[in-house]
Amino acid sequence: MLDTRPPEQWVRPYGDTLDDGRMQVSFTLPVALDETSKEGAKRLAALMGLEEPAVVHAEEMGQGFSFYIVYGQCKHRVDLSSLQVAKPDYEVLDKAGIDALIERAMGRRMVVIGACIETDAHTVGIDAIMNMKGFNGHKGLESYHQIRAINLGAQVDSEDLVARAIEEQADVILVSQVVTQKNIHLDNLTKLGDLLEAEGLRDKVILVVGGPRISHELAKELGYDAGFGSKTYAEDVASFAIHEWIHRKAA
Amino acid sequence: MSQLHLDPAQIERARESARRIARQVFDQMSPYTTTTVERATLRLLGIDGVDANDVPLPNRVVSHLQEQGILQHGAATIVAAAMNERGWSAQQVAQAVADGGLTLVRATDKTAARRSAQALAEAACQKIASQRALREDRIKTLGEGPTPWLYLIVATGNIHEDVIQARAAAEQGADIIAVIRSTGQSLLDYVPFGATTEGFGGTYATQENFRLMRAALDEIGAKVGRYIRLTNYCSGLCMPEIAAMGALERLDVMLNDSMYGIIFRDINMQRTFIDQFFSRMVNAFAGVIINTGEDNYLTTADAYEAAHTVLASQLINEQFAVLSGLKPDQMGLGHAFEIHPELENGFLWELAHAQLARQVFPDAMLKYMPPTKHMTGNIFKGQVQNTLFNVVSSVTQQNIHLLGMMTEAIHTPFIQDRFLAIQNARYVFGTMKDLHSEIEFKRGGQIEQRAQAVLLDAEQMLATIEGIGLPAAISQAMFAEIARTPSGGKGLDGVIEKAGDYYNPFPDLMLARGASHA
Repeated sequence: MLDTRPPEQWVRPYGDTLDDGRMQVSFTLPVALDETSKEGAKRLAALMGLEEPAVVHAEEMGQGFSFYIVYGQCKHRVDLSSLQVAKPDYEVLDKAGIDALIERAMGRRMVVIGACIETDAHTVGIDAIMNMKGFNGHKGLESYHQIRAINLGAQVDSEDLVARAIEEQADVILVSQVVTQKNIHLDNLTKLGDLLEAEGLRDKVILVVGGPRISHELAKELGYDAGFGSKTYAEDVASFAIHEWIHRKAA
Repeated sequence: MSQLHLDPAQIERARESARRIARQVFDQMSPYTTTTVERATLRLLGIDGVDANDVPLPNRVVSHLQEQGILQHGAATIVAAAMNERGWSAQQVAQAVADGGLTLVRATDKTAARRSAQALAEAACQKIASQRALREDRIKTLGEGPTPWLYLIVATGNIHEDVIQARAAAEQGADIIAVIRSTGQSLLDYVPFGATTEGFGGTYATQENFRLMRAALDEIGAKVGRYIRLTNYCSGLCMPEIAAMGALERLDVMLNDSMYGIIFRDINMQRTFIDQFFSRMVNAFAGVIINTGEDNYLTTADAYEAAHTVLASQLINEQFAVLSGLKPDQMGLGHAFEIHPELENGFLWELAHAQLARQVFPDAMLKYMPPTKHMTGNIFKGQVQNTLFNVVSSVTQQNIHLLGMMTEAIHTPFIQDRFLAIQNARYVFGTMKDLHSEIEFKRGGQIEQRAQAVLLDAEQMLATIEGIGLPAAISQAMFAEIARTPSGGKGLDGVIEKAGDYYNPFPDLMLARGASHA
C-alpha cells in the first residue's frame, strides 16, 4: 500500500549545531537570591525539559524576588509533519485586487463596521485595520473605494454595535480585543456572539475578531468566522471578508 | 545641550493663540457646572461612603438635588443649610437623604448657608494644604530622585498585589508609581468605594486604594531614602472627584488632560472642559503635578506627520492649566517616542521633537512617554527601542520618564520586565549623565530644521484653531484624526446651567490661595 503521509520532520531548537537544542529562558522567583534559589532555578529548568541547565545570570531584585537567565538543551522535539494548524483559507489580494473583486462579486460597496467592544479602550488595533492611514504602510479599510468602513472606536457596548450593524446593513462586523487580562476578552466576544444569535443576525454577517492575543483557532472556537493576530493588515481582513462573502453566496 | 535656534517671537505667537483658545472655551463654559463637580464639592465637604446598593452617597445627594430641580443653585449651600438647620454633619445629611428620610430644599437664609459652606470648604482646604506641606516636608527630609524621574506602572487589578509590586519597583529605583485604572473606569459616572481586588488591566481608583498605596510608598520611601511619588488618573467622567480624593490622600501626580477624554473616550466636550477646569484647580491647590496625554495622538496618527499637533496641544493644555492656577513646575506636558523604527533618521526627529518641547516649555515638568505603537513581540528589539528612548530623554533633559517595557506588545508588565527596564534606564542615565552639556546641535542642520518646521506647523495650526474655536477644531478631527462634536459623547446630561445664585466656595479659596503659593 502506498504511504501518502508526508515525511516526518522532527525539529528542536538550534543554537549553533543541528539538534543541539540550545535555548534560553528567563524568569523571576518569589524568593531572595541565594545559592539554594539558584539551584532551584536550575532544577526548574531541568523540569522544563532543559538538559545541562546553566544559570548564566542571577540577580537580587529586592522585596524577596530574584531574577534568573538560564541556558540549557531542550530534550524535546516535535514532528512538524504531524501538525495541523487552523488558518483562514483564502488568497490575500492587494488593495486594488480587493476593490476589483468586491465590485465584480457584490456589485456594490461592502459595509464593514468595527469597534473595540465593552470595556476595551485600546483602539490601536481597530485603527490600524480601519483608519485611512492604516499601519506600517498598509492603507486601512477606509481607503478602499469599494468598502464603506465605519469605525465606532473604543468601549462600544455590544448592544450598540449590533444596533448600528442593523442600521447600516453591515456585511462584516470587525471586533478588536486588546485587553485579555483575566480572559475578559472571551466574555466580551461570547456576549457579542450571543447577541447576534438572539437578533437572528449571526448568519447574515461575517464576524471577525482581531487582537494581539487572538488566533484563528480561538476565533473559530468562539463561533467567529475568522480571527487575526498581530502582523495583520487591512488587506488580510478584506481578502478574507470578500472570499467568505463569495463562498456564502455560492453555498 | 547647546540650544536649537528657534524664533522666540514665533513661540510667543503660538502661545498667545493658545491663550485665546483656552480663554474662549473657559468663558463659554463658565455659566455651567456638572454633576461630578457638585459631587466633588460634596466629597470635599466631607461626604463619603455608599448606600446599601453600593451607590456612592455623593451620587445619591446630587441625584436627589436633580430630582428636586435645585442642583443648579449649587449643592454646597443646600447641604450646608440642611446641616445648619439640624445641627448635623454633611455625612449625616447625605445618609438621611439616602435613607429617604430627608428632602433637601433651597436655603432660606442664603447668606448663612454660604457662610457655612465657606467655613466647611476652608476646613477642607486646610486639610489639603496640610497634605501638601507634609509632602514638601518629606521631600526635604528624605530627598528625591534626580530627573528624569523613573515612572513605573503597576496594574494587577488587586490593590494589595499592586502594593507588593510597587514596593519592589521603588526598591529597584522607581521614583514615581502609577496605578493604572481598571479598563472602563473612565466611563463610570461614579467613583467606586473601598479597597478593591478585582479589576481588568488595572485597579479601580478609589479613595481607600489611594490611601493604601500612599501608606505603602511612604513606608518604602523611608526605607530607600527618597520620596516616592504616587500617580493616578484624573480623567474620565469623574475628573473633579478623583482630584478631590487625590488631594485628600496626597497623591503627587495626576493624569489630567484637557482634551483626552473627549478625543479618546468619547466623553462630551462641554462636560470635559468644565470638569478639567475644576479638577485642575484642585490639583493646583494640592501641589499635584498634572500629566497631559499628547502621547496618545501619536498612537493613532503618525508620529512624524502629527508632531506639530503634539506641540499645539501642549500649548493649549498649558493655557488651560494657567487658568486653573497650575504653575509650570506642576505641568507635566506629555509627548512620546513613537516614530516608526524603520524610518531613516527617525532618531534625529525624535531628538528634534523632544528638544523642541524642552525649549518651548523650559520650566515645565515634561513627561516623556516610551515607544508603544511600534513595539512587537520581539522583546530583544524592544529593549533596544527603549534604550534609544532613554538616550533621547537624558540628552534633552526630560523630567518625568515613563519606563518602556520590552513586553509592551504582549502583556501587562511582569515584575522582571520592570526590573530590566529600570536597569536599562539607570545605565543610560548614568553613562550619559553630562552628555547634554557636552554636545551641540549643528546650526542649520537637519535636527534644527526639523524642530523649526514642527514649530511653524504648530503655530499655523493654533492660528487656524483660534479662528474656528477649539470645539470646531475637535469636530474637524484636528487632533489624533478623531472627530467629536460639542453635543456628542457621553456625559452631556451631567452638564447643568448655573442659576443666578449658584455658589461654590472652592474657586475663591483655591484659586486665590493657589496663586499665593507662587
